[in-house]
Amino acid sequence: MKQLARRRSLAALALCSPLILLIVCLKIYPTFYAVFLSMLDRKMNNFVGFDNFAFMISRPSFQLVIFQSVLFAVTAVILKAFLGFVLAHLMHNIRGRNERVWRGLLLVPWVIPLSLSTLTWWWLFDPSYSAFNWTLNMLGFEDIAFLGTVWNARLSVIAVNVWFGAPFFMIMYLAALKSVPEQLYEAASIDGATAVQRLFFITIPMMRNIILITVLYSLIVTFADFDIVRILTNGGPQDGTHLFATYAFVVGIQSGNIPRGATVSLFMFPILATLAFFVLRDVMKRNKEMA
Amino acid sequence: MTRNILSKREATRRKVLKFGAAASVLPWVHVRSAKAAGTLSIFLWDHWVPATNATARQQIAAWAERNKVEVKLDFITSQGNQTLLTINAQAQARRGHDIITIANWNVRDHADKLEPVDDIVGRLIAKHGATNDVANYFGREKGKWLAVPSSWGTQNKGPAGRISLFKEHAGLDLQKMYPTSPTETPESKEWTMDAMLKAAEAMFKAGKPFGIGMGTTADSVDTWGSILASFGAEMVDSSGKIQIRSAAMRQAIEYCQKLIRFLPADAQSWDDSSNNRALISGASSFIYNPPSAWAVATRDAPAVAQDVWHLAPPAGPKGRFVPHNINFWGIWQFAQNKTAAKDLIEYLMQEELVDARCIASMGYDLPPYEKLTQSKAWDDIGPPKGTVYNYPVRGWHGAKTHVAHAPAPAEIAVQIYNRGTFPTMLAKLKAGETIDQVITWGNRELEGFL
Repeated sequence: MKQLARRRSLAALALCSPLILLIVCLKIYPTFYAVFLSMLDRKMNNFVGFDNFAFMISRPSFQLVIFQSVLFAVTAVILKAFLGFVLAHLMHNIRGRNERVWRGLLLVPWVIPLSLSTLTWWWLFDPSYSAFNWTLNMLGFEDIAFLGTVWNARLSVIAVNVWFGAPFFMIMYLAALKSVPEQLYEAASIDGATAVQRLFFITIPMMRNIILITVLYSLIVTFADFDIVRILTNGGPQDGTHLFATYAFVVGIQSGNIPRGATVSLFMFPILATLAFFVLRDVMKRNKEMA
Repeated sequence: MTRNILSKREATRRKVLKFGAAASVLPWVHVRSAKAAGTLSIFLWDHWVPATNATARQQIAAWAERNKVEVKLDFITSQGNQTLLTINAQAQARRGHDIITIANWNVRDHADKLEPVDDIVGRLIAKHGATNDVANYFGREKGKWLAVPSSWGTQNKGPAGRISLFKEHAGLDLQKMYPTSPTETPESKEWTMDAMLKAAEAMFKAGKPFGIGMGTTADSVDTWGSILASFGAEMVDSSGKIQIRSAAMRQAIEYCQKLIRFLPADAQSWDDSSNNRALISGASSFIYNPPSAWAVATRDAPAVAQDVWHLAPPAGPKGRFVPHNINFWGIWQFAQNKTAAKDLIEYLMQEELVDARCIASMGYDLPPYEKLTQSKAWDDIGPPKGTVYNYPVRGWHGAKTHVAHAPAPAEIAVQIYNRGTFPTMLAKLKAGETIDQVITWGNRELEGFL
């Protein structure tokens, strides 16, 4: 029996090995290489320890990037989670053929390549020829400088991220909703629970794991966002929309300081890794309790 | 190759002798002459004007045929920073094309990985005259040429204005100012920063504002950089000292503060395509750009194209400075076929070949050598005929080519350039900050670049 189990786990390892190899080559090696790079000087000849990190944190422009990245990621994830939750409930209550049609339509933003859809948004927001402004003008309103002022630009990039990411939350929450046993709702109705009580005492607790994992995943991906800001604002106006990834690109690739670029891109790694550790620990603990 | 073979296998005396003999023969195969065949891989920047790619391909094929060299030619677009990423990837991997197209700051970034090319550039200078200031700034380090200044995609980003609109609203005849003849006209002498400010105001009032951006992309940075230079203002001087609080800088910022009042309301969010679109759509009367905007207009808005004239920039207290971006042809130190690479680069920089590519590119490609800019290649290009006659810096323009934030040390200037520090200062001014506030902000940024 033991031999069989060992053979099965060996087979599993063999089957997983292509994926493990890919992860090692494309994720783990680049991560460690980036850590190594971040500890070199500009010419990549001398080891400087954590000097690059200390330098970056002391720069006001980088402090602004930290603020903007946190604002962007946290706001966008909250909005995506909320919208996804609402949409999932709406979808859950649509029955029959229409459900599939609506579900397909709502997934469209998520399946279009982000760079292409962001270009479309750029045409809508474009400083001089904005389709939104054209519509506003037709209705007798003044132009809005969507990308022309710092806060308008920040809200615009957040809006595009929410538009793109909300369907992912919707589909995950919809799957979670469908797995909640109907009997729980029936029992609650018999006990006289209101809709709000059913939401807070049945739906949300039953969806808790999926909510946590989705939020964590989305937070990591949103912190690493590059395309939207790069295409819509290039970090401007007045450096008001730079995120870690876009700033790392400017510092590392465009300005030829790869170690500092690596430093910028690694900045959130310890914070997100810690967050991931606690969230995943909570999820596993809860799974054990339920089992 | 030597290290791998000797390290991976047991190095017996026989093997070492065998390898030594082979190594002594190898240079005869590849190095003695390009005619000795072999393979050469080339990465050319994918030209905006497709016909230019075809011309270059024909020229290279002719060379390859004559020299019996197998050529692998890749055109790589700069869209999405593909050229930049390719160069960085090859530099990291220590593998790549034999010849690369490498622009501006990247030459200095990879100085330690590029093969010195003093021999080729020396001969080209002897033949074609001196290289321009920007070529010297980027291409030389410690007295050595790191790459060959090329005309491939090299550009000026000087002014292009609408003939009819300038006549009607600003009272300036652009064709009379800069005619298609080698003469410095009285009108061109009066083309100063003050004259540009007046014209900008007139055009703004006429609803055809100047299309100068205040974003952080290259066109904005280059335009404002040339204006700074014409006031003698430097963010950082050649010794690496911050000069943002100088009198010249304040004077330049005061001028810019007046000028930005007459720019489009959204200019702070413009990118490199915004000014092109502004001219082509007819919304703007004047931009700083290579003739690519005009070239696209010949196809998409022929009436606008017919009305566009390229001219030298206005003069400031310290002169006229034309924004200039340059492409080099470089050879990696780890290239496989350096001799053939040098031979081909020198061949491609012969006058008739440079002219042919220039004409194919509708005048876009500028050779960064003094004598080559006197070519007749630009004379007949139009419509209107002669529109790009004054696009190269001509001797009688009294202008110099310039890249924003030179002569600061390249490793500092590249950061000021790519971060768009000066346009950002102007965007802050426009948002209501005072000159002192933006100088303080700029100073803090510059401290971080040293």
